[in-house]
Amino acid sequence: MPTKPEIFQKIKTSLVEALGVDEDEVTPQATLVGDLGAESIDFLDIVFRLEKSFNIKIPRGELFPEDILTNTEYVKDGKMTPEGVAQLKQRMSFADLSAFEANPNVKDFGNLLTVEDMCRYVESKVGATD
Amino acid sequence: MRWIWIDKFVEFESGKRATAIKNVTLAEDHLHDHFPGYPVMPNSLIIEGLAQTGGLLVGEYNRFEEKVVLAKIPKAVFHFPVLPGDTLRYTAVIDYIKDDGAMVTATSHVGQRLQAEMEIVFAHLADAGHAKTLFEPKNFVFTMKLLGVFDVGRNSEGGRLVEPPAWCE
Repeated sequence: MPTKPEIFQKIKTSLVEALGVDEDEVTPQATLVGDLGAESIDFLDIVFRLEKSFNIKIPRGELFPEDILTNTEYVKDGKMTPEGVAQLKQRMSFADLSAFEANPNVKDFGNLLTVEDMCRYVESKVGATD
Repeated sequence: MRWIWIDKFVEFESGKRATAIKNVTLAEDHLHDHFPGYPVMPNSLIIEGLAQTGGLLVGEYNRFEEKVVLAKIPKAVFHFPVLPGDTLRYTAVIDYIKDDGAMVTATSHVGQRLQAEMEIVFAHLADAGHAKTLFEPKNFVFTMKLLGVFDVGRNSEGGRLVEPPAWCE
């Protein structure tokens, strides 16, 4: 079973390869879109690398919930409804969504996910130790 | 006219790897402008050839039911320029394949020399209207026949890769 530092190191390697960023840019607090410049197609690349590196399966929408963000039931005037936010929180228990909940502009969602969130997601998948 | 940047396949193992040949000749117009007096095969077209080698391999894996598009080149390294008279040997290996796309590792060699190496990410397009007619399986089968895939191809059990008649209907 991998330790949390081992998971962070492997995620860092995957992000360096997928996004062409320097190792020292990949900090736990860095956001994938804003700080590391990830675009939507990069998430496919990142998912390939994480699945291979950790021998896990990442179903579509689990790490980046496009289906909820584009569901007209949950989005009104560019903002996520309370029901939509509840869905997101349920799906993404690994991410801190409190800032988004306070001001749920859908266009800001992409810049929420941090390297730390991704680590927590993988930790939950592999049952990491400290 | 078809946008084809490989001449023929010499190896095709379904779901695993494929090797194709591209002969570079001064009869190709683009070499006269790239560059005047110093013809060099553009690296962008080497990427295209490798993507075609890998793209047909990925598409065939799902019998062309998925619409395979080139999504991203995470890495591309070129070691020397390719000149008229050179024969490029393109090899694509499926590194990873899942429902929404595939990752391919590809190399280009001139003789024994490694000329280029890259990673290619393919995405499977959602089946939306127009895409369906653009990506008909019969078109791919035509291209595969043209490029000799069924002359050299092997299926996942190691037997001869045959052209399923249903694809051409």
